[in-house]
Amino acid sequence: MDFNDAPQEAEFRAVVRAWLNENATEYRDPPPEGMKLPEFIARSKAWQAKKHAAGYTGITWPKMFGGQGLTPMHSIIYGQEESRWHVPQGLYSIGLGMCIPTVFTHGNPEVVQRYVPKALLGEEVWCQLFSEPAAGSDLAGIRTKAVREGDEWVIDGQKVWTSFAHASDFGIVVCRTDPNMPKHKGLTMFIVNMKAPGVTVKGIKQMSGGSDFNEVFFDGVRVNDSHRLGAVGDGWKAALTTLMHERLAVGGKPRYAPGYETLMKLAKDVEAPDGSPAIGASDVRQKIAQTYINDQGIKLTQMRALSALSKGQVPGPEQSISKVVVAKTMQDLASFALDLSGGDGFVAGADADPELAKLQGSYIGSAGLRIAGGTDEILRNIIAERVLGLPGDMRPDKDTPFNQSVPA
Amino acid sequence: MNFDFSDEAKELGEQARKLLAEKAGTGPARRAMAADAPAMDAALWKEIAELGWTAARVPEAHGGLGLTVEEVAQLAEAAGGSLAHVPLVSTLLATEALVLAGTEAQQAKWLPGIASGEIIACVAWSEPGAVSPATVKTVSSGSALTGVKQPVADLAVAHVAIVAAAGADGPRLYIVDLKGAQTAAVETVDLVRRHGKLTLSATPAEALGTASDYQDWLDRAAVILAYEAIGTAGAAMAMTVDYAKTRVAFGQKIGRYQAVKHKCADMYIKLELARAHALHGLAMIGTNGAELRQVAAAARVASLDALAYCAEENVQLHGGIGFTWESDCQFYYRRNRALVAALGPRGWWADRLVRALEQRNSAAA
Repeated sequence: MDFNDAPQEAEFRAVVRAWLNENATEYRDPPPEGMKLPEFIARSKAWQAKKHAAGYTGITWPKMFGGQGLTPMHSIIYGQEESRWHVPQGLYSIGLGMCIPTVFTHGNPEVVQRYVPKALLGEEVWCQLFSEPAAGSDLAGIRTKAVREGDEWVIDGQKVWTSFAHASDFGIVVCRTDPNMPKHKGLTMFIVNMKAPGVTVKGIKQMSGGSDFNEVFFDGVRVNDSHRLGAVGDGWKAALTTLMHERLAVGGKPRYAPGYETLMKLAKDVEAPDGSPAIGASDVRQKIAQTYINDQGIKLTQMRALSALSKGQVPGPEQSISKVVVAKTMQDLASFALDLSGGDGFVAGADADPELAKLQGSYIGSAGLRIAGGTDEILRNIIAERVLGLPGDMRPDKDTPFNQSVPA
Repeated sequence: MNFDFSDEAKELGEQARKLLAEKAGTGPARRAMAADAPAMDAALWKEIAELGWTAARVPEAHGGLGLTVEEVAQLAEAAGGSLAHVPLVSTLLATEALVLAGTEAQQAKWLPGIASGEIIACVAWSEPGAVSPATVKTVSSGSALTGVKQPVADLAVAHVAIVAAAGADGPRLYIVDLKGAQTAAVETVDLVRRHGKLTLSATPAEALGTASDYQDWLDRAAVILAYEAIGTAGAAMAMTVDYAKTRVAFGQKIGRYQAVKHKCADMYIKLELARAHALHGLAMIGTNGAELRQVAAAARVASLDALAYCAEENVQLHGGIGFTWESDCQFYYRRNRALVAALGPRGWWADRLVRALEQRNSAAA
């Protein structure tokens, strides 16, 4: 076994590293705190354009769509090298990671020509409009409707949990086009202009106080039929393309999240109930060990997948355990560490210890992470059904016309 | 990056799983459970020896194949999954100690016989009252040992025992020739694998390596046993999943209920975490990696967690039938206890993991 790059990987890494050393110098330090959205967008666009000119965008995409036609391993190596710098991240991850692959898989040639190059260059930002107030885990239960009028479709309804909707130029939206069909069959996907009349974006204030997501309202929004992605009624198929790409993206432990080292450091300074350092207490040591096993176990599991990719093989299904382990481990660790700190772990704001404040952030944030991109429960269903081959859940509404199982 | 078994090791694992699926499994395990059944399946042992499994890790100079610990891990997983009634893992663990720490003379004396299958070796680690490798009570007086080791897996069929005992500089390993040794059978919770009691009263024993070698062997043994536990846990999970796909309750397969399928998913999650750490352990052994101490402890803890969960929930998800004598659930449920007793409990190993992390941190500081 060998944790080093294969020769051709090492060569690519060296080229990337040299390019970043030359071109990423202004991102040596973290950006100033509290950056406003317009500045974040400007920084993101500038970096994306630079990357694009050098051929580091769309690394795995086919060349015919402006990509580089390289392997997932190349993309991973680029990402590893880029993460050593504080380059702006996030604005394009949904658009280029999920939306545009759906556009070039299901869109007509004119649409692909119009949208894909500008997205890759970073000129236009994209968002994904899937979830609704009544359709989260049960995504096929969406109610936003699109009604055909001549060459156009008219969209009415509401989407929710849309990241970067407020910064986006376009989005992909799944709508119900035939409520007489069973729920998975009456859906169609469209490209929608986020600046079109009738689109309203409202930020959602989360439990954490932050606003990463939006509600998006559609009120008589008109979309040309040429902007349909896939056949009428094939929206579920198109959505699966998008979600397949989401599963590749959501998984690892967030870079800022505390880990077993955090608890080791804290437990040296905090006292156990008997006055001795908490690091000597058996329950503390067991928690450190468990956190190490979970966090490192996920890192190592990802390395197993990378090894498969490196050999040109398809990774096994073991990657599917990532997010469900990472999110709950983060919550358990934060909760345990705050318990250990007693009242100090509860004091927030200006009086809070900065390390404990981070743990508080992790305690709050992990509650969201356990839901975003597939809840713990849905992910367990997926492991049980797709990996272990257990039968699907009982779905009494599966074959019923949508308008008979849901009140209009 | 190549974080995976070699193709050669995978091939051997495939061969082992195929043979043991045919010659071992729960049927033979049930026959082995009878009070008057032999202490091992001698015919299967002969076949295993002929295939070179016991020779895998033995250097070529001593009549072996000189293969890596990856092959050993594949064999241990196959043995664990099939509950094979042979002293394979015991012999592999003892071989690892001899290969790691034996003098030329010690290796020349024992390894050729192990390679050919004529010599069966066991590990005498447990003691009455001892719950961790740190609390060993059997003592050495230079060239002899005094104390009681039990339960010792496969003692009844073994010719030589690798014994953990307290030396002048701390706990370490000794070699005890079992010819004429005072042994007796000991009943344990595991009704398939036979265990014994080895009474040492100034019994001649040769030191095997140093106190530091003992610690290194514990790491390697933890990784090899992790693979046995992974094999057994995987078999328990497969049994649960099969049942959930066929058993009907309230008009549908029980595998459709989330209460059932989420437990199956958790079995898979725990198993994959254990696999990740165990594979990391093999990588560290193969490259003499400095992190082996923490990695091996993690593999031990994660594999015991996976085995306990799979074995326990296998009974639970079978319901009443799973609690009957006739059900195969009991084999995995009972073997869980054998694998804990084989090298000390989860809690001690979790602590060893944290101690290793502390040492690494203070070395880095």
